[in-house]
Amino acid sequence: MSPEILQLVVWSTVDTMVMVGVSSLFGTLLGLPLGIFLATSRANELFPAPAANRILGLIVNATRSTPFIILVVAIVPLTRLIAGTSIGTRAAVVPLTIAAIPFIARVIEAAIREVDQGLVEAARAFGASPLQIVQKVLLPEAMPAVTLALTLTVVSLLGYSAMVGAVGGGGLGDLGIRYGYQRFMPEVMATVVLVLIALVQGVQTLGEAIARWLDKRTRN
Amino acid sequence: MPRPSDVQSRPIIAFANVSKVYPSRKESAQVVALDDIFLEVPEGAIVGVIGKSGAGKSTLIRLINGLERPSSGHVLVNGTDVTGLDERGLRQARRSIGMIFQHFNLLSSRTAFENIALPLEIAGVAKSEIAGVVEPLLAMVGLSDKRDRYPAELSGGQKQRVGIARALATRPKVLLSDEATSALDPETTDQILSLLKTINAELKLTIVFITHEMSVVKKLADRVAVLESGRIVEQGTTYEIFAHPCHETTRRFVGSVTGGNVPEWLAAKLRPQRRDGDSAVLHVAFVGGGADQPVLSRLARTLGVDVNILHGQVETIADHPFGSLFISVSAEPETLRGIIAELRAGQNSVEHLGYVS
Repeated sequence: MSPEILQLVVWSTVDTMVMVGVSSLFGTLLGLPLGIFLATSRANELFPAPAANRILGLIVNATRSTPFIILVVAIVPLTRLIAGTSIGTRAAVVPLTIAAIPFIARVIEAAIREVDQGLVEAARAFGASPLQIVQKVLLPEAMPAVTLALTLTVVSLLGYSAMVGAVGGGGLGDLGIRYGYQRFMPEVMATVVLVLIALVQGVQTLGEAIARWLDKRTRN
Repeated sequence: MPRPSDVQSRPIIAFANVSKVYPSRKESAQVVALDDIFLEVPEGAIVGVIGKSGAGKSTLIRLINGLERPSSGHVLVNGTDVTGLDERGLRQARRSIGMIFQHFNLLSSRTAFENIALPLEIAGVAKSEIAGVVEPLLAMVGLSDKRDRYPAELSGGQKQRVGIARALATRPKVLLSDEATSALDPETTDQILSLLKTINAELKLTIVFITHEMSVVKKLADRVAVLESGRIVEQGTTYEIFAHPCHETTRRFVGSVTGGNVPEWLAAKLRPQRRDGDSAVLHVAFVGGGADQPVLSRLARTLGVDVNILHGQVETIADHPFGSLFISVSAEPETLRGIIAELRAGQNSVEHLGYVS
């Protein structure tokens, strides 16, 4: 592989990491509160708002059922509004974030619903407010599951990021399509796949290690 | 120590006309969890509510700290009608009512120390003051050396001790215990019960507990209420309930501890009609004073009858001896009448169960 191509691989890897990193961060910032709300707002829950819960649930489902490549094209005006452009790596962050939010919201909702209701009752019995219950009971107790859920999200976003080449976003997927496939350079394709495998392995291992460290339930 | 029945202190908890109905769309599917409950808990007493599962005891105890709201009636705690409080007022009231649970409900992500600190954090106690409250509590429940252990590293009994310390962190006047020993083995149960007795005596803490085990009532309670299908069918001091159980449910509960329930092997052999050569089976319950009378030897001496002991048990309940004996004796009608009359001396009760060969 020529040094030029190798440099392309390095820059594409950086592009991918930036796109996935930034969209994971914004996805979490927006998806976490949404997930908490979805997990606590049915009738008889901490913040009962069943109508809002149902409407947000519908929006989340709709976003999640839209194929990512269609989402990318469909929200071009929004992308231009937020990123100032609709092509390139910076623009690609917008659809990635939009796709990440409902995904993160659902996995975090599931993680919070796993928390033993007895703990919520105990906290209520000690006079905790709904907000205190979220802050002191639900989130800390759900943390190991939330970490695994976020790991899953990052891995999925690595996959999605390969598609943003379609709108001029860079990254490893774009490199693989343009050089590996269209210019028929199998060694580039193989390198791209190997780097992606390594990234996924790394993220998964790190996520599991953090979750294990946070989980105090199985210490004997 | 004065018995609560002798003390005319004002009740710290009072239920008046309390009912709880879980509504349903269909009228017929409505569940009446509690039906017109009257119950008073004297300050400083330990009151047990016993009932089978589904009797309504969970609902009853949760009405005290407002985790459940009654459909009608009033619950007064420490002079405040908790049924009239809004959520904010309830949260304030709950800080003076501690609670412990069957499954402990400790946060797995917090150490013993941090779990005990939780109610203090919730109440907004300054961080600098928290250790000063938590450390003595850890010492009181005997877990100072487990301070930094997570619940997963503690035994069931130790977890419940953390639960008790946590419930006491805000210095409550009342402690509610929701089947606190039901998940523990008998030895650990005894340790937890004696810890609760100590706390009751030293901190003058009123304790209300629910259980389905009469043995827990026997060891812990000053007063008992027996709950069945949402109604209190009987209540009184522990001694009264054990000595003179009136309701069928109470009798069964009492019998499970005093040995008053007919053992299965005997029940299988009993028959109602007498045949030739049969012996009569009697159940003699010795209550309080009657338990120290030599009734059996007197029977042999004065009537000259042979007494065969089939099954028996003597227990101490609320400082009184309680005995229960199943005996078989000669079944000649004349003699049998004499035997029964002789045995009925004092407070003993005698029941003729049937015949065996």
